[in-house]
Amino acid sequence: MDYGLTAELLARMQFAFTVSFHFIFPAFSIGTASFLAVLNGLWLWKRDTAYLSLFEFWKTIFAVTFAMGVVSGIVMSYQFGTNWAEFSKRAGAVIGPLMGYEVLTAFFLEAGFLGIMLFGRKRVGDRLHMFAVAVVALGTLISATWILSVNSWMHTPAGYAIDAKGNFVPENWWEIIFNPSFPYRLVHTVLAAFLTTAFAVGGVGAWHLLRDPTNRQARTMFSMAMWMAAIVTPLQIAAGDLHGLNTLKYQPAKIAAMEGHYETRDGAPLVLFGIPNEVDERMDYSIEIPKVGSLILTHKLDGRIEGLKAFPEDERPPVAIPFFAFRIMVGIGLLMLAVGLWSLWARYRGNLYGDRRLHKVALLMAPSGFVAVIAGWFTTEVGRQPFTVYGLMRTSESLSPVAAPAVGASLTAFVVVYFLVFGTGVFYLLRLMGRTPTVDEDHDLEKGPIRTSGINPGPAEELDRARGKGHA
Amino acid sequence: MLDLATIWAGIIAFAVLAYVVLDGFDLGIGILFPFFRKRGDRDVMTNSIAPVWDGNETWLVLGGGGLLAVFPVVYATVLPALYMPIILMLLGLIFRGVAFEFRWRTRRASFLWDIGFWAGSTIAALMQGIALGAIVQGITIIDSAYAGGWWDWLTAFSVTTGIAVVVGYALLGATWLNLKTSGALQERSRRISLLTCIGTITLIGVVSLWTPFLNRTYFERWFSFPTAFFSSLVPLLIAICAFLIWQGLRTDKHLQPFLAALGLFVLSFIGLGISFYPYIVPGALTIQEAAAPQSSLLFLLVGAVVLIPIILIYTGYAYWVFRGKIDPHEGYH
Ligand code: HDD
Ligand code: HEM
Ligand code: HEM
Repeated sequence: MDYGLTAELLARMQFAFTVSFHFIFPAFSIGTASFLAVLNGLWLWKRDTAYLSLFEFWKTIFAVTFAMGVVSGIVMSYQFGTNWAEFSKRAGAVIGPLMGYEVLTAFFLEAGFLGIMLFGRKRVGDRLHMFAVAVVALGTLISATWILSVNSWMHTPAGYAIDAKGNFVPENWWEIIFNPSFPYRLVHTVLAAFLTTAFAVGGVGAWHLLRDPTNRQARTMFSMAMWMAAIVTPLQIAAGDLHGLNTLKYQPAKIAAMEGHYETRDGAPLVLFGIPNEVDERMDYSIEIPKVGSLILTHKLDGRIEGLKAFPEDERPPVAIPFFAFRIMVGIGLLMLAVGLWSLWARYRGNLYGDRRLHKVALLMAPSGFVAVIAGWFTTEVGRQPFTVYGLMRTSESLSPVAAPAVGASLTAFVVVYFLVFGTGVFYLLRLMGRTPTVDEDHDLEKGPIRTSGINPGPAEELDRARGKGHA
Repeated sequence: MLDLATIWAGIIAFAVLAYVVLDGFDLGIGILFPFFRKRGDRDVMTNSIAPVWDGNETWLVLGGGGLLAVFPVVYATVLPALYMPIILMLLGLIFRGVAFEFRWRTRRASFLWDIGFWAGSTIAALMQGIALGAIVQGITIIDSAYAGGWWDWLTAFSVTTGIAVVVGYALLGATWLNLKTSGALQERSRRISLLTCIGTITLIGVVSLWTPFLNRTYFERWFSFPTAFFSSLVPLLIAICAFLIWQGLRTDKHLQPFLAALGLFVLSFIGLGISFYPYIVPGALTIQEAAAPQSSLLFLLVGAVVLIPIILIYTGYAYWVFRGKIDPHEGYH
């Protein structure tokens, strides 16, 4: 049955590929939706056109991101059936209703008010428009809540029974939804989305400041983004620490892989770097700080930490991916902290808009949130292998009865289409971000024709106009 | 007998029907793109659905998500059986969905996204029709797992239903344009409405006559008392709808042809329901056999009963906000 193995591997690759792509968009649109709600609120409150033009600037970017989030998300909701049929059959009664609630409470809400948010300001007036913007932002957060509950249940199943056929049967919905890892994962992931947006916005602001330090819109967005960076990064690090403790309790094998521990030790070191050697079951070339590993995870210098060898061989996750991905995420978290602190210092010195080195670093950090988020998910998901429902159902038992060539064909099609479509989409996004954010006459909604199903001109026109202006 | 499983079968059927009629006209507009060559016309066409298409597509997510929640066995057998059509449909929907935004984000390549919009819409519609045909003709299920091959879905019958859905969606799209546009564009959609109406009726006829011969139970269902009564009623009602479309188009009515075209879909859907009941996967799984445990059915039902009416209200509101004819001089965003 080596065919079965191949089909499994292909299906896993396909799921990892499509969900990673999907998550890139929500990670950005969750934060952007809230950012837009804040901008629109500030505009209505202060009537400062800088906020309005920032709203219009980011709204278009949001619309493109959101469209890509939606279409890649629909793929996800059908893939459980196409590729993980056994899993769907056995766990569907538990996770299905949560996803059903996600559709009913979040997806419809977002979709229903998105049109009004994007095209309806003139038609419904400022107040209802503000309401629509806020509802879309809320919808993205509700969506994250449900889907993370589902995902967390797969990591730390609770509130279920198993019937004669081996299917999971719900016993206690409260315990299912608020399963042990859910609160940590929700907080950590939503903060991650906010940070991703903060650094993307900060990077765009920095880019425009580097070109024109006096641009008011660029100043405003850079300042807002740096506040977020300074305040949210420490919270995120604290949340990550708590999340790690929770994981140690429920998935100690995953922690062992993340930390690169093969041996069980009292007073384990913190492995800063090393190369996992899965054949000889040890870390090569490792750089360690004695005792600190135990200090972080048990908050005691000589606390005991189980190594991978303490677990049966067929219940151990692969080491390399969680080990490296975790270091990438934490490294980025520390860099984000540094940028946040630097911005506070520059602000204190009154030099936030003049510190070109800060702007350059912020520009480099623009994609950092995306990298951290994907690294985080790879840590989490690879670290829980070889199970889909932790400790209860193996990945190898979760598969659909679909032959390997079919999965291979679909995987190839996904790779081609995603790179083509989403690659182009990212190119358009970058171009939209490159427009100079101006308080343009045509941005002013009091003027111009009534545009029922549209507000501002296409970017091509805007680009030309911006260029014409810039070089005039 | 009205138990939880039957109620849920009704709700899922409602979600699928809502999807078919709502996203049907969106996809129909994509299918009709090649018949409208002017950039300005195409802008009006996409603007007429830009504010609502996402909400329309969400019914598809409800259909799929709902199936996983309340009929997990169906979800876990039908989707692997229809592996290829489903994946192709998803890929089609990707092109269709991003085209709304992308065609405004470029000048040079906007024609490429117009092609993507057309191809994506057409493939998605075709695959939905093929999936429908494949379910009607039957799926091999052993021990509540799919036990067929990965090409079983492809037959002359399923290709016919695929084409029928494409033509039917084009009719919905054309009558929607007749409702939402004016001038030459409306004139053209009216002519296309007539042609696609003839095509749709013909294909409905072909599929209806073919279905009873696929499977004995369909035959008995349709030609024995008391359902034979409905068998004669449904064609009659379809004829009435067709007349209303034709008469509405001739007398320059704007809403009537669209509603009558929706009527065609509702009737065909009811016809399918008559063939299926009490099965949810014909010949393989009944509604009762496939249902999830009671606690799952109940837990989600509480939410559905409260939330679906609210959803219908605010979705209706969104349609109302964007009511009226599209002004061709309006920009997008
Ligand atoms: C609702 C559930 C759910 C959610 C929200 C996620 N995943 Fe997951 N993931 C699964 C449910 C799942 C799964 C169905 O359970 C898989 C498929 C095979 C497996 O072992 O678990 C899986 C596998 C899987 C793998 C392959 C691991 C391996 O086979 O070694 C990767 C890399 C990811 N996922 C990545 C992600 C990312 C980047 C996510 C961010 C959105 C994510 N997952 C969210
Ligand atoms: C395998 C898991 C997932 C599935 C099956 C899934 C499913 C979906 C679907 C079907 C949509 C489109 C909804 C529409 O039509 O409007 C969507 C969009 C979305 N998803 Fe996911 N999703 C998954 C993972 C996630 C995760 C982990 C998050 C966040 C933490 C998330 C957050 C969102 C958000 C906010 C949207 C709205 C669109 C956007 O903002 O880009 N999803 N998802
Ligand atoms: C530097 C401090 C950080 C620590 C200590 C930390 C800790 C963790 C831990 C332990 C996990 C794995 C949870 C599990 O076992 O399932 C995790 C996952 C994750 N991390 Fe971090 N993290 C940090 C920074 C960040 C940053 C800066 C981001 C993104 C901007 C981020 C995004 C994520 C995401 C998206 C996941 C997967 C979802 C989840 O399980 O919560 N993390 N993090």
